[in-house]
Amino acid sequence: MDELLAALIAVAGGLAGGLVGVGGGVLFVPALTIFLGLTQVQGESTSLLMIVIVALVGAYRQNAYGNLNLRDAAVIGVLSPLGVLIGVVVSNEVPQRALELSFAALVLFIAYGLVRRALSQDG
Amino acid sequence: MPSAHTLKLAAIGTLAGVFSGLFGVGGGTVIVPLLIFWFGYGERLATGTSLGAIVLIGLLGAVAQGGIYGNVHVGTGLLLSIPAVLGVVIGTAIQQRIPQRAVSLLFAALLVAVAAELIVR
Repeated sequence: MDELLAALIAVAGGLAGGLVGVGGGVLFVPALTIFLGLTQVQGESTSLLMIVIVALVGAYRQNAYGNLNLRDAAVIGVLSPLGVLIGVVVSNEVPQRALELSFAALVLFIAYGLVRRALSQDG
Repeated sequence: MPSAHTLKLAAIGTLAGVFSGLFGVGGGTVIVPLLIFWFGYGERLATGTSLGAIVLIGLLGAVAQGGIYGNVHVGTGLLLSIPAVLGVVIGTAIQQRIPQRAVSLLFAALLVAVAAELIVR
């Protein structure tokens, strides 16, 4: 039963990846930790492996549909480790709660921008 | 001197990394809207290109976690990838058949969920 639920959540994570272009880790981590008994660190690490596989297949499919700019994707991907380093340093200097609330405010602002833009265009 | 285009891409990559380093959320949350707002990418091109970038970001993270710390459960990860891959193939197929602005609205809903999760954490 737990395995079935984990599989269903994994399908949902993949669907999210295909529909909105995220990796699906938000769903893979709980599937691995709550239903398959991995610890948080193991779950987060193992979800990275799943994200790579899912993103690879998703990017391959999107490329077939003509929706992949490989050069732009490569520049973004290659430079992100620098950002990860900055993020880890910052997270050790600034209170975590302040960071979480700031990021929550930021993503809500982005969501507002996306909705406003979507509603003002045709199709 | 790199072009403005490349500098903006570099900024997106760095920001995506910063947020994944800070919160463990995937880079897609940052990459997709910035490609739309800064480059005028359509939603499909933004999400496809985001997936391409995530392959690299995830690969570096997985190699570090698996190779350096040994935290990756390869067998479990591969098994659970089967339904996940099924999901992403279906998801990309559906995405080609819905209006681009519906993708934006879905993404906004996802962001609200992310914000809620951060606030109640």
